[in-house]
Amino acid sequence: MAKTHVTMMVNGAEVEGLVEPRTLLVHFIRENLGMTGTHIGCETTHCGACTVDIDGMSVKSCTMFAVQANGSDIITVEGMANADGTLSALQEGFRMMHGLQCGFCTPGMIMRAHRLLKENPSPSEPEIRMGISGNICRCTGYQNIVKAIQYAAAKINGVEFQEAAE
Amino acid sequence: MIPGSFSYHRPASVADAVKLLSDLGEDARPLAGGHSLVPMMKLRLASPAHLVDLHGITGLKGISRNGNNLVIGAMTTQHDLLASEDVAKSVPILHEAALLIADPQVRYRGTIGGNVANGDPGNDMPALMMTLGASYRLEGASGARDVAAADFYQGAYFTALEPGEILTSVSVPVPAAGHGYAYEKLKRKVGDYATAAAAVVLTMSGGKVATCAIGLTNVHETPLLAADAATAVVGTSLDPATLKKAAAAAEAIMAPAADARGPVEYRKHVGGIMVTRALQRAAANAK
Repeated sequence: MAKTHVTMMVNGAEVEGLVEPRTLLVHFIRENLGMTGTHIGCETTHCGACTVDIDGMSVKSCTMFAVQANGSDIITVEGMANADGTLSALQEGFRMMHGLQCGFCTPGMIMRAHRLLKENPSPSEPEIRMGISGNICRCTGYQNIVKAIQYAAAKINGVEFQEAAE
Repeated sequence: MIPGSFSYHRPASVADAVKLLSDLGEDARPLAGGHSLVPMMKLRLASPAHLVDLHGITGLKGISRNGNNLVIGAMTTQHDLLASEDVAKSVPILHEAALLIADPQVRYRGTIGGNVANGDPGNDMPALMMTLGASYRLEGASGARDVAAADFYQGAYFTALEPGEILTSVSVPVPAAGHGYAYEKLKRKVGDYATAAAAVVLTMSGGKVATCAIGLTNVHETPLLAADAATAVVGTSLDPATLKKAAAAAEAIMAPAADARGPVEYRKHVGGIMVTRALQRAAANAK
């Protein structure tokens, strides 16, 4: 099958490659670009581990072809740190609140939370839980993931994070 | 999981898309949001030789008004629907139902056109469109035609779409001001199709139901209009005996498949409960 030339912005840098039409975006990111932060979990559009940000949308990159991303602007978990290399508010939140156990779902959780907080900078707990409902954590660590996102929201809004009483 | 090989086409106009689909024949499939088709391709349950991606056709996306109708372009995503103030205000049942479709990531990509055109009995929008009296614009080599949602579904994955035709927009008559509405969907988890779901749009007058339409999702090989159930509630105040009668009339036309969501009897039973709940909630929020 003839290959197609694609160009896109990934984490602020222009990248290009030759892909078969059937190449899934997640495979292009991991294998052609060598950026393995984006994980492949279920491969069936359920788990959200492969979530990346494309043109301001959270997208499961296992359910889109790389050719479809031609010309788009993508952020992956590798692009989440601050410009000076320090952790972003979300990354810091996951660290401080122990928002991961095995860590496999974390890249997808962070990328989904990134867009959630862009659209809703002060989400309630139910809004956070619905907002990450397309991301599965099989360590069942949702409690601390929610706290991590609350921590990040507080930090972004410049207010002190207060853990809800349990 | 990697799909089989295919050629990728990205036309810039409906005319080009229609021509490609006509020329390439049945080996070609239109690609909308891809969240039904791409998983099927990865499982090799679908292996089209050509994909005609509709994302390059800008005119297919957007929500506009045509008289009393809300016209929704086929490539408008569920996320776009949820972001529309006009939808939330004038056809709030669409907003309510869109929130129950899949998960946030899927809603950024999944389209209204794909949802209604695919003919999957598990999809939520078809029964809703029948309930609302919506119609679909289909465009093909021989021109455009409008088909009522109620006449569109012929069987599981079989619709009124002819080879080479694509569904380009959905036209929804805006329900009367003060109407009541509810979409009740029982599902096992976020992202699942309905075990059973019911859509109700009604108007009330003096505490009694004046008009009513009821649609059913995933309890038959096609979406259904529960006409007898709707007739049973008109003129009543939805007393317990009437609700029971309506649920029974709806259950009588259900023929769900037994699957992981439950045996036939269970799915019909909860289907009746969804009808009851939707009627009660719609009556309560009618003004």
